[in-house]
Amino acid sequence: MAKKLPRKDVAIIGLGWTGSILANELTDAGLDVVAVERGPWRNTATDFSISYMQDELRYRIQHELFLRPAQMSVTFRNNAGQTALPVRNWGAFMLGNGVGGAGVHWNAETFRFLPSDFITKSHLTQRYGANFLPADMTVQDWGVTYNDLEPHYDTFEYLCGTSGQAGNLKGKILDGGNPFEGARSRPYPTPPMKQGYGHTLFAEAAKQLGYKPYPQPSGNLSQAYTNPLGVSLGQCTFCGFCEWFGCANYSKASPQTTILPVLLRKPNFEARTECEVTRINLDSTGKRATGITYVDTSGEEFEQPADLVLLCAFQLFNVQLLLISGVGTPYNPQTGQGQIGRNFSHQTVSAALGFFDKDKYNFNPFVSAGSIGMCIDEFNGDNFDHGPLGFVGGGYIGQVQTNGRPIQITAVPPGTPAWGSKWKQALKDNYLSTINCGAACHGSMYSYRDVYLDLDPTYKDRFGRPLMRMTIDFHDNEIKMSAYLTDKYAEILQKAGAKQVVKQPRKGPYDVTTYQTSHLCGGAIMGDNPGNSALNRYLQSWDIPNLFVMGASAFPQNAGYNPTGTVGALAFWSAAAIRSQYLKNPGPLVHA
Amino acid sequence: MRSRQTSLQRAWRALLVSSSLCLPAVALAAGIDGQDFNQTERGRYLAIVGDCAACHTLPGSGHDLAGGRVLETPFGGLVAPNITPDPVTGIGAWTDDEFINSLTKGTGRGGARLFPAMPYTYYTKISRDDALAIRAYLNTVPPVHNEVSPDSLPFPFSVRANMAVWNYLFFAPGEFQPDPNKGAEWNRGAFLTEGLAHCGLCHTPKNALGGDDTARAMQGYALQGWFAPDLTNDPRRGLGSWSIEDIATYLKSGHNKTTAATGLMGEEIDRSTSKLSDADLKAIATYLKDRPGDPANAAQNQQPALPAPDGTDMKAGQQVYADECAGCHKADGKGTPGLFPTLAGAPTVQQSDPTSLLHVVLRGALSVATPTAPTGAGMPAFSWLLTDEQTAAVVTYIRNSWGNNAPAVSAGDVGKTRAMLVERSD
Amino acid sequence: MYRTNRRQLLGSSAVLLLLSSRAARATIIKGALPWTPGAADPPTAVIPGGWKYFTPQEAATVEAFVDRLIPADDLSPGGKDSGCAVYIDRQLAGPPGRLEGFYMSGPFQNGTKQQGLQSPITPAQHYRKALAALDTACRAKFGNRPFADLTDAQKDEAIKGLEDGSLKLDGADSQEFFKLILTDTQTGFLADPIYGGNRDLVSWKLIGFPGAHYDYRDWIDRHNERIPLPPVGISNHPNWSQ
Repeated sequence: MAKKLPRKDVAIIGLGWTGSILANELTDAGLDVVAVERGPWRNTATDFSISYMQDELRYRIQHELFLRPAQMSVTFRNNAGQTALPVRNWGAFMLGNGVGGAGVHWNAETFRFLPSDFITKSHLTQRYGANFLPADMTVQDWGVTYNDLEPHYDTFEYLCGTSGQAGNLKGKILDGGNPFEGARSRPYPTPPMKQGYGHTLFAEAAKQLGYKPYPQPSGNLSQAYTNPLGVSLGQCTFCGFCEWFGCANYSKASPQTTILPVLLRKPNFEARTECEVTRINLDSTGKRATGITYVDTSGEEFEQPADLVLLCAFQLFNVQLLLISGVGTPYNPQTGQGQIGRNFSHQTVSAALGFFDKDKYNFNPFVSAGSIGMCIDEFNGDNFDHGPLGFVGGGYIGQVQTNGRPIQITAVPPGTPAWGSKWKQALKDNYLSTINCGAACHGSMYSYRDVYLDLDPTYKDRFGRPLMRMTIDFHDNEIKMSAYLTDKYAEILQKAGAKQVVKQPRKGPYDVTTYQTSHLCGGAIMGDNPGNSALNRYLQSWDIPNLFVMGASAFPQNAGYNPTGTVGALAFWSAAAIRSQYLKNPGPLVHA
Repeated sequence: MRSRQTSLQRAWRALLVSSSLCLPAVALAAGIDGQDFNQTERGRYLAIVGDCAACHTLPGSGHDLAGGRVLETPFGGLVAPNITPDPVTGIGAWTDDEFINSLTKGTGRGGARLFPAMPYTYYTKISRDDALAIRAYLNTVPPVHNEVSPDSLPFPFSVRANMAVWNYLFFAPGEFQPDPNKGAEWNRGAFLTEGLAHCGLCHTPKNALGGDDTARAMQGYALQGWFAPDLTNDPRRGLGSWSIEDIATYLKSGHNKTTAATGLMGEEIDRSTSKLSDADLKAIATYLKDRPGDPANAAQNQQPALPAPDGTDMKAGQQVYADECAGCHKADGKGTPGLFPTLAGAPTVQQSDPTSLLHVVLRGALSVATPTAPTGAGMPAFSWLLTDEQTAAVVTYIRNSWGNNAPAVSAGDVGKTRAMLVERSD
Repeated sequence: MYRTNRRQLLGSSAVLLLLSSRAARATIIKGALPWTPGAADPPTAVIPGGWKYFTPQEAATVEAFVDRLIPADDLSPGGKDSGCAVYIDRQLAGPPGRLEGFYMSGPFQNGTKQQGLQSPITPAQHYRKALAALDTACRAKFGNRPFADLTDAQKDEAIKGLEDGSLKLDGADSQEFFKLILTDTQTGFLADPIYGGNRDLVSWKLIGFPGAHYDYRDWIDRHNERIPLPPVGISNHPNWSQ
C-alpha cells in the first residue's frame, strides 16, 4: 500500500536538464516543487574527480555513469515481423542515470535547429510537392516556429555560457559563423573554442571547396563564465574525456554547473534521489493527474500528490510512463490511430576514416573536447536543392573528433590483420595521424509510419512493468542521404591531404549494437491539434491539462543537429507559458 | 519581566537613535526596513554577529538554539546548552542580569562559572543594552524542551571553580572603549571584531591553559582539523595582499578574486558574516587592515621563494601539481577568480602551520555557497592517491612557487595530519 | 596508496535519509549541495600475482594466447608481459565477468545480428568452456599437446582457425570466442594500467598517448607538434619520482 505524502504544488519526474530548468523556473514563481530522480546525486568533486575521471574502460566501455539495463532497459526489433528482444547491454544509445541526467555525460554540442526544421512538412511540400516525400513518411510541423523559440534558445545558451561564433546576427550574416542559421538576437555568451590541428585542417579544406565552415557551438567553455543565475563555470582544458564522462573542472555545462547550486538552496525545492517513478496517477475521469507514485530502493511505495506534474525523464521513459499510466491512446501502426508512441526517430550518423601520412601529420587527437570541431551546414536541412537527389533531410558535416582514447579510437587501414605484429605496427603508425570522427555526418532521421514505440508484450522491468519496445529501421530516404553526406565528407578529407579515405556511410538494417548518438526523439510529439500530436505547442498534454511532457519526445521528427539546444529552448518556452498563463488559469492553454 | 524590558526598551530607544554605534544603515535581513530599531530585530542581528547558532544549534536537528552540539576544546568535549526560552531545560527562567552576565562576565545561572568555549572573553565588550536586545530576540525563539547535561569535561577540567583562576589570568571584563584617535568606522570594526564576532577565538593562538596568547593576537591557530589563518596585515601569511574590498567581499560571499572559504570558516560565513550589513563588513575589514603583522616575519617576507630545503623534491612536486592540480589551479597558480582559488601569492598556502592546506588536499573541500556567490565549487579528495611523500612534495612545491615562500612540509608532517583527519568525520 | 572509505551518507545537514519503518534508501537533498569530506570513488587497483578466476591451466593457455595476439617484438613487450592475461582474469572474476548490470531476464531467444547479445552465458562461463574446448581441439590437431605447449607457428595456426571458424570447438562457437578474447586482449592492452594490463604504460608509449593528463591548454594551439609528455596512468606516474 503506497504511503501518501503531503501535497506539493509541482511533482517533477527526472532531475536532468529539463527537470532542473522547470524546477528553477517554478520555484522562482513561488511554487513548492519536488523532483524525483531514479538515479543518485552526482557531485563533481566526488564523482568526476580529476584524479580518476580519465578512465576509458570504466566510463566509456563499462558505462559506469549510466543507467544499468538491469534496472531498466528496452526491447528492439527492426519491424513488426520480428520478435523484439531486450537490449541487454547498451550499444546504439546510452541512457543516463542520476541527477543531471544526460547533462552530465553529454558532449555539450549546443545547436539550434533551422527555421525550416520547425515547419518540415509544409516547407518540403511547398518546395518539392507532396509527392516528393515517401508515402510512409510522417513528418509534421511542430506547432512552434524558430522565432517563437529564439529568445529561449538565447536563454539556454546564456545559462550554459555556450562558446560559439554567431553567423546570423539579427539578419546580418557574419564571417566565420554559420551563414545558414536562423537569425539570433545576440552573439554567443563566450567566444568559440580554440581548435586542434585536425579540425583546422578540415576547415581549410572545406573553405577551398567553397564551403563556409564554422566552429561547433560548444558547452565546453572557451573561458570562465558566470551565468545570469550567478553560477560560475571554468575554462575547458581539452582533456579529451568528455562524452560519457563527467567534467572534473566545472567547464562543461550541465545542471550541476549551471542551475543546481542555486536551485538546491531554495526552501521551496526538494530532490528525492534513488527513487523510481512507477506511474503518473490520474483521477477517476482519467482527465487529470493527481500526482505520481514512486518506489525507493527498498521497494517501499510512496504516493506524491501534486497539482501539476511535469514529465522530465529521457525520451524513451517519458513515452513508457505515459503508456503505463494510461495517458492518451497508444499508437496503432496498422490503423494510424493513437498518438502515444508514434513518430519515433533517432539520428542518421556516418563517418569516414581519414588516414594521413604519419611523417607529415600529427593530430594529437587526445587534445580535444566534446564540442570542439569545425562544421559546414551546406548539406543540412533543406539548405540545398534535393530535387535532383531523390531524398530529403540532411545534416551538418564536421571534423568534430572529441578524443584520442585508445581503446575505441585506434583505427587501422582496411586489410590490416586484426592481430599480431602487423596490427601493432599499424596501431603505432596511425594513432597520431588518423582523423577518426564518429559522427562526422550528423544526419536527420525523419519519421515513418512503421517506426514507433509501444509496450513490449513479454519483457518486464524489475517491478513487472512492460519495457518500452522500439520498432525501428532505416528507410531508403535516410540511406541515400547518408551516402550523399558521407561522400561530401570524404571529399573534404581528401582535399585536406588524406592518403586514404575509408567511407563508412550508414547502411541498414538499424543495428542496436553500434553507437549512433543517444538522440532518440518522438513518441509524445507536439503539434497544433490533438488529432496529430500528444502535446500542444507548450508541451502540455492534450489529454491531461495538468501534465506537461518535456524533452526530445516532443520532436515530430529529428533534424540534422544534436537535440539538446532545442530541448533546452522548449523547456524555457514551456516554463514561460506555465508561469504567465497556466498558473493564472490552470486548464488547456490551446483550444484546438 | 517582559513589561520591565519593554519600559527599558522604550527608555533606551530614544538614546539609541542618536548613538554613533548604531549605524542607521544596518541591513538586518532581506526585506527588513533598516530604519526599524525594534529591539528584537536588533537582537537578532547581534545574535547573527555573535553566531550563537554555531555552538547552540545542533545541525540537522531542526531545533534552533536548543543546544546539544558537542564542542571540541583542548580539554575535552563540551556540550553547548539549550538557550531557547524553555523554562526548564532552556534559559527561560533566568533573570536578565543572569543572562547579561553570561555574555559579559562568564557566569551562568546562580553565578556558576562558564567555560570560555562560551566566548564571554570577547562578548564582554557589548553593552548591557546590546545584551538585552539579544535576550529580547532569544525570547522569541520557539522554546524547545531539550535537556542538555552541562558537565561533560573530564576531571579536573570539569571543576568550574577553577575558572576563577583562569579568569584572573586571561579574562579582562569590560565594555568596549572606542579609540578616540580612530574614526567611527574603525571603532565599529574593532567593536565587532574584538567583541561579538570573536574572531580571535579561532584565529589567535592559545597558551597551554587555553587562554589567548595576546602577544601573538590573530596570528593563527590550529583547531578541529584546520588552521585558522593569520589575520594580521602580514603580506605573506596575513591579509597584507588583500584590500578592504577583498576582505569585505570574502566575508559577504565566501569568495573573492583569489580565494574561497570552506570548512569551519565556510560555515561561519554562511551563518553569520554573509548576513551582516555591507557597512559592518567594511568596518571589520578596515579594522583588520590596520593590524600590523609580526615584525619577526619581516625578513622572510622580503625574500623571494627560496630553493627547496634539503629533503624535499620540488621537481616531483611540480609533476604532481601538473597532473592533478593544474587542471583547475593552472600551471601558473592563478586559478580562476570566483571559482578556483589562486595559489600564487595566497596567504592560505603560506601559513606557518600547513594543516588547512593538507586538509583540503587530502580530504577535498566544498567551498561555501552564498546568495552572492552560489556556485559552491568543490575540490576532490586526494588522500586515496597521494602517499605522504607525494603529498609533502606537492604541498611544498605550492608553498614555494610563483613567489610563495613558506616552510617545507615533510612526509612525517603529512602522516600525522592524515592520521588526525582520519579520526574526524567532518 | 591510501584509500578512503567508500562514500557514506554522513553528517552533512543537507542530506537526510528518508526514514520509514524499514530502513529505506532515498536521499532527500534540500537546502545545500551534499558533501562528504574525504569521499572518493577511485577504481579498485588490480594487484598482480596469482589468478582470481583462471585455473593454472587456463591461465597458461590465456597467457600463451595473448602473447600471440600481441607478440613481443621491437615495438613492445608481448601481451603476456603487458599483463593482458592478468587484466582478463580480474575482469572475469569481477562484475564484468558475470555481466552484472546487464538485463538478464528471460526468455532468452536467438535474435538477429542487429539485436545483439541474447545469450545467458556470461564471459566467465564462455572462457571456461572455450579454453577447455580449445585444448581439446589442439590435442586432436597437434599431436596431443594443449595450446600452451604448441610452437608459435602452431599457436598462430590455431588462432587463425578460430578466427575463420575452421577450428571447431566442442560446445562453443570458435568465431564468437575469438572475437571475445581478441577484444578483451586489446582492451586490456590499451586500458589504464590500474586494471592489470598495459603494464608500465607500454601501449601508450607505443602509440604516443599521454594518458591521464587533464590540462592541454598549453598545447591546443601547437598544431602538428609532437607533445613530449610521457604517459601517466590514474595511479601510475613515473614522472612523480625523478
